[in-house]
Amino acid sequence: MSPLTAKALAGLRQLLTSIFPFRRLCKRRVALRVARTTKKAAKMSLKGNGAITGIGETAYRRASPYTAFEMQIEASLAAIRDAGLDPKEIDGIIPIGITGAPAEAFVMNFGIPDLRFSALTPMGGASGIAAVQCAIAAIDAGICNHVLIPAGRNVSSGARAGVRIHQMPQFHLVTEYELPQGAIAPAQLYAPMARRHMELYGTTSRQFAEIAVGIREHALLNDNAVMKKPITIEDHQASRMIADPFRLLDCSLESDGGAALVVSSSKAARDMRQPRVRVLGIGEGHPDSPSSITQRADMTKLGIAKCAPRVFEMAGVSHADIDVAEIYDCFTYIVLCQLEDMGFCKKGEGGPFVADGKLRRGGALPTNTHGGLLSQAHMLGMNHIVELVRQLRHQGGRAQVSGAEIGLVTGYGDMGDGAMAIMGRG
Amino acid sequence: MSNDEKPVPHATPESQPYWDGAAEGKLRLQRCAACGLVRHYPQLTCPSCYSSGVEWIDASGRGVVHSWTVAHHAFHPAFKQDLPYTLVTVDLAEGPRALGRLDSLSQDRLRIGLPVQISFPRNGQGVPLPEFTATA
Repeated sequence: MSPLTAKALAGLRQLLTSIFPFRRLCKRRVALRVARTTKKAAKMSLKGNGAITGIGETAYRRASPYTAFEMQIEASLAAIRDAGLDPKEIDGIIPIGITGAPAEAFVMNFGIPDLRFSALTPMGGASGIAAVQCAIAAIDAGICNHVLIPAGRNVSSGARAGVRIHQMPQFHLVTEYELPQGAIAPAQLYAPMARRHMELYGTTSRQFAEIAVGIREHALLNDNAVMKKPITIEDHQASRMIADPFRLLDCSLESDGGAALVVSSSKAARDMRQPRVRVLGIGEGHPDSPSSITQRADMTKLGIAKCAPRVFEMAGVSHADIDVAEIYDCFTYIVLCQLEDMGFCKKGEGGPFVADGKLRRGGALPTNTHGGLLSQAHMLGMNHIVELVRQLRHQGGRAQVSGAEIGLVTGYGDMGDGAMAIMGRG
Repeated sequence: MSNDEKPVPHATPESQPYWDGAAEGKLRLQRCAACGLVRHYPQLTCPSCYSSGVEWIDASGRGVVHSWTVAHHAFHPAFKQDLPYTLVTVDLAEGPRALGRLDSLSQDRLRIGLPVQISFPRNGQGVPLPEFTATA
């Protein structure tokens, strides 16, 4: 375009702008275009194309003598062995956590000859499922064949969560404006979401307690759970207040350990070592104002609310089809809120929904059959993905939900990021 | 955060006017120079029209309580002496929200919608931080 034509066009645009409400029209056009692209994206589905072919875990402990990387390697080798692969067959890696060992460290230690794909999915406790989505997309595009997703943490020897999060760039607004006032740890940052829910909808601490008690019952069936003693609603009510309305027993554990997954194509999975568990629907959702809960228009809604309808549609299943659920449980309230955001009940009805034992063994929606972050271990929700695969392979041990065919797993992190997957056996 | 001192905010060029205002006891907010949208916390571009032109306004400092938490556990040793303390999330009259301590005299009136007014008392480190007081 010659400078003269450009000048003429600019003049014309200026003239038009002065005549028409150009800006408003532009905004409408953008909104329409966004809606159209979103619809198109939903049609290009990953439905059923990927499978979790390997799972691995270390022992979970309050304090481990091993480093995060040592446990990450141990869990990775276990997952690769479980898949019936050799470490040299791994050609994609998505490490969990942005401050841990990079993909290169695994290439070095496993002598991987041709790593074709690596990525990071920094979404806190939603990172694991976001990584599975990323892995399936890469495999589906023909970039690679077997993606390793390794996680490892040793938090007992290092800083507590209230210190760690402020070293992460996604928390910089909280670090500058809220930390100096004493809004330090996740419990304090998330508590206002729960308090608002309680004030608006009459949700009670006893309803939170029901979630904690049910999940603890599951942990008692799991030899690799940190918590070993049963708790009652009264124990929960008597536990000390941490950040009102969160009591000690509303809060997840701080744990050391490692967990890893291998993701492959569903086609390849047919001939691999384990019963096949396919990912029928998967997605991630980011909340409004992802870097500040304070500024979020509706603080009773999490990122998962945006992706849940997409994931159910992709999977082609309904809520009633879910036999078992592994729901990210950094705090009891976060479980309740996700149940609402996924549409298991209406917004505000989460309290009564959980209160009748639905989430317990033998209930309509057995939840966190491994004991969750509240009672098994805090392994960033990687343990939730491992457990769902185990349930759908019918390798769930004493906590096996009999005849489980379809299950759901969620992740939550970094103040509201969400991810969700629906998986099916066979 | 390794010692017993309270963590202090580290202002950026983007946020310096906010902290300068706080030092004068005023709540300063960013207003988009192009479309007039008021936003908080400070950031580079307007999320509505993408302009990076900014005017700083002195806000009224009035608002109503949106939610809160009461801290009973100190996640940092320097906050032990403050326990229990209440953090309120406030819907400011200008639109965005702010987080601050609720002064001890207002505790028993705490509810969603409680009208409050901001001030910026200095903490032990001399940092001016938002505190809200009930006005009704």
